[in-house]
Amino acid sequence: MNPDSKKWNLRLYVAGQTPKSIVALANLKRICDEHMSGQYRIEVIDLMENPQLARRDQIVAIPTLIRELPSPIKRIIGDLSNTERVLVGLDVAAPG
Amino acid sequence: MEETQLDQGAPVSIPGIQKALTGIPGFDEITSGGLPAGRPTLVCGGPGCGKTLFAMQFLVAGATRYGEPGVFMSFEESSEELAKNVASLGFDLDDLVARELLAMDTVMVERSEIEETGEYDLEGLFLRLDFAISSVGARRVVLDTIESLFAGFSNQAILRAELRRLFRFLKERGVTVVLTGERGDGQLTRQGLEEYVSDCVVLLDHRVNEQVSTRRLRIVKYRGSSHGTNEYPFIIDRLGLDVLPVTALQLRHSASAERISSGIPGLDAMLGGQGFFRGTSILVSGTAGTGKSTISAYFADAACRRGERCLYFALEESPAQIVRNMRSVGLDLEPWVQRGLLEFQASRPTLFGLEMHLVTIFRAVQELDPQVVVVDPLSNLSAVGSENEVMAALLRLVDFLKSRQVTALFVSLTGNGDAENATELGVSSLMDTWLSLRNLESNGERNRGLYVLKSRGMKHSNQIREFLLTGHGVELVNVAVGAEGILTGSARLSQEARERAESALRREEIETLQRRLDRRRAGLEAQISSLRAELETEEEEVAKRIRQVARQEQDRLTERAAIASARQGENGMLAEDPIAAEERTPAPSKGSPRSTRRQPS
Repeated sequence: MNPDSKKWNLRLYVAGQTPKSIVALANLKRICDEHMSGQYRIEVIDLMENPQLARRDQIVAIPTLIRELPSPIKRIIGDLSNTERVLVGLDVAAPG
Repeated sequence: MEETQLDQGAPVSIPGIQKALTGIPGFDEITSGGLPAGRPTLVCGGPGCGKTLFAMQFLVAGATRYGEPGVFMSFEESSEELAKNVASLGFDLDDLVARELLAMDTVMVERSEIEETGEYDLEGLFLRLDFAISSVGARRVVLDTIESLFAGFSNQAILRAELRRLFRFLKERGVTVVLTGERGDGQLTRQGLEEYVSDCVVLLDHRVNEQVSTRRLRIVKYRGSSHGTNEYPFIIDRLGLDVLPVTALQLRHSASAERISSGIPGLDAMLGGQGFFRGTSILVSGTAGTGKSTISAYFADAACRRGERCLYFALEESPAQIVRNMRSVGLDLEPWVQRGLLEFQASRPTLFGLEMHLVTIFRAVQELDPQVVVVDPLSNLSAVGSENEVMAALLRLVDFLKSRQVTALFVSLTGNGDAENATELGVSSLMDTWLSLRNLESNGERNRGLYVLKSRGMKHSNQIREFLLTGHGVELVNVAVGAEGILTGSARLSQEARERAESALRREEIETLQRRLDRRRAGLEAQISSLRAELETEEEEVAKRIRQVARQEQDRLTERAAIASARQGENGMLAEDPIAAEERTPAPSKGSPRSTRRQPS
């Protein structure tokens, strides 16, 4: 594994600074740091500011996490409080 | 409230309930104005019942006709698929989108691709909906079919809470919403959407009865408004959804005093001498082979002769067959077809449902705008529906035609039983004129009899006429009435022969008397002329005799003059004068010759 290349490219869709959004982002950061340290990039998209992106990216539930890379695209919804399910969703088998 | 309804005739809506017209023919009438504006309406039904089309028509009508842009949010089909599906109905969705009258969004939720990890909400959906509504200033929203969300998300508690929030949100936005739902077992929709929508619920139904499909629509509830509660048949055809016109409750059509000919002089004579009233409905019923179609054809022919358009629905025979058959009774319909005055619409009733037939008739009448319509035969329609359905459908048809002042002739085939069967009795109350054709059986033969069972508003004959189909047309003959009742066919012929013989006998007697008189006259005249001839002969003889006598006198005078001159007559000069006078006078003068005779003697 090359530590320089960002293996994980993640996008988190939120709608304003709601408690669920804040929790989700915190959970995501924690999981990434624990399981894909240094190999991830997180982009947070606030649909309140760019509502048209919801249609483009087929967002229904908030918060939604999309794994752009590695392909295939994966979707995870919810506040990411269930770490195990997030790992399954992101296809992260083992740390590192 | 019931009283108000009766008073005004048309259904009333309670003030305060604003309505949004759907543009679906017939539907706006049963709901007296469409769907409740600013509120959600649930349209539910089984697969393929026309839910999506209903919703789409509602949106397109809003965008194009009522100045209300709309949002179509699909949870099943993509925008491209939808556009393709409705393009055949003449809806150009891409154009509406380009003109910002319509916004479309497809929500794809694939459960297999989604991992749920804790708390979430459907704010994304709300944002998309809000964005779409704002982008076109939508007044109408369709959610087709929001139930798909239940398949996409596993947390039912969240989903239901969010749906409740969604409807609150839509009400706040003041948009009129149509949401579709798949019919579930024992309830209107699988996911019980009806619990969220309490304002208006429309149920669409597509059932197949004896291999013929019919579509029905029913308004299950409509809060705060009166509405038709029946099941209304509807169809989906090239123009979209069409709920059959419901004008049956209103008997408002005007009545024309104009009379039109039936095309058969003998029949016109039976109908007060002038034929049918324009804009009325005529039923021609009879058993097989009694000449019903012939009467229809003559009626159509008469209309074309007047230069009117006639629409002929042939549900039994093909147009070519009708034209050919009518030639055998001396009627050529071909020229009318070629001139476009006569149009045939032929189809097998069993091919489509009853509704489809009716709508076909409605559409054709609207397009061709005929003055005269023939449906031959009506009874075939009853093959595709129950008696009640056929009655209801006919009621609509008759009212529809009357409202357009179309004179309609319906042919009905009856069984061989005694005259009127149940359907006919039911139908007959809708009809203004009822001609009954029946076979009169006697003396081992069957003859056609025609009588006017009823004809509203005119004097009509109470006689049964024998109905003859000849190579040069239809003739209605007075039936002979004998000791055993009416006589037709050969019995009539023999009765007529008897009557002819009797009258011949009488004629002969008259002729004999006449001849006798003639002979007497001739005899007398001969006598007169012979007497005249006798008289003439006598006259001639007298004249001859006179001339003879005169000549003798002349001779005698000449002789005497000769004698006188022989006697050197000094008195010859004396005698000369009277003789000259005598010569100048014509013969019959008897005095002169005698005096002349006397003078010389």
